[in-house]
Amino acid sequence: MPHIPLPEHLPGITGLLEYSRVTAEPIRQLTQFILRGENSLSPGERELIATVVSHHNECRFCTAAHTAAADLLLGDTETCRIMKQDIDATPVSDKMKALLKIAKLVQVSGKAVTPEAVAFAKQQGATDVEIHDTVLIAGLFCLYNRYVDGMATVAPADSQFYRGLGQRLVDNGYNRLPNGYDHLKKQNQPA
Amino acid sequence: MAHIALPDESLPGIVGLFNFRPETAAPLQLLAETLLRGESPLTSGERELIASYVSLLNDTHFCHTSHGSAAMAHLGYDLSLIDDIKNGFQQIEVSPKLRALLHIAGKVQKSGKAVTDEDVAAARAEGAGDRDIHDTVLIAAAFSMFNRYVDGLGTWAPQENEAYREMGQRMAFTGYVRFPVKADTAEV
Repeated sequence: MPHIPLPEHLPGITGLLEYSRVTAEPIRQLTQFILRGENSLSPGERELIATVVSHHNECRFCTAAHTAAADLLLGDTETCRIMKQDIDATPVSDKMKALLKIAKLVQVSGKAVTPEAVAFAKQQGATDVEIHDTVLIAGLFCLYNRYVDGMATVAPADSQFYRGLGQRLVDNGYNRLPNGYDHLKKQNQPA
Repeated sequence: MAHIALPDESLPGIVGLFNFRPETAAPLQLLAETLLRGESPLTSGERELIASYVSLLNDTHFCHTSHGSAAMAHLGYDLSLIDDIKNGFQQIEVSPKLRALLHIAGKVQKSGKAVTDEDVAAARAEGAGDRDIHDTVLIAAAFSMFNRYVDGLGTWAPQENEAYREMGQRMAFTGYVRFPVKADTAEV
């Protein structure tokens, strides 16, 4: 049960962003730009960064949601599945592997990112902006994961829920829906 | 030197990063403004102490000292009392409620999952409401991001408390949404 009363039809982060819409606004703006804005990394690649950090923070809700979004954007479920076990074996570019390794270091601590890890990413063709954005995405998901789990929000067990949420993230991105989320009340009612 | 080529290497900590990527600077500054100076049952001084304390646990000197300086500015303490944060708040006046919330913030710094029902119940017993708990967790989570951003890109930080005096006063009384960020060069 969450540590504070949250709207029951909105599990995980979704209820927190509605509970506190004023603090949600800059978080939504940052996420929309860094995951969906114009970038040399594709939205699917950036969702992989979000997923690998959430996975290593063991945040069930965020891992499932961003895995679902990445799977839809990449068109397969193998990439995320393999990445969670072994970044080197993941079917992505060498540059992307190097960036995912930096993200994994950021998950541990900012200080864990070594000049060698950054130099290696640059050798694989990563630009300064790509390295910057990777570190910031990884940092942002350390925020989300702690927010979601630190408030003990609910993570639905039903995988169908995350497919729906992943589709919403692909279709609408991270800005608040113009008409809010009341339309979700019915479909999440317990049978 | 930072891990990436910043347009102005003289700008310390997150200030150099704001200058590098204005598109992300805007929401990051708005987030700090909202969390630390927006509406909350916690005073800005209390919230800056939480920010400084989490940054200390993450060993991020720039964020720890700059937000410590902002806290001292809000609370009317001498700059030297920043060091009292490292000493477990022996001289800074901390209410039982804030102490319980700092304990929760310390748990969030480790992991969201480390926050227990007992931690939250202890804070409620000292008078913390839903919003106090929410704001504490979100500030601690946000500084888990800010600290990683600042350290993960290898930015530099002035060592002495004194270098953070004016910066802290500006953070406290002018706020975080400031353009251009170059204004922060003067005192470092």
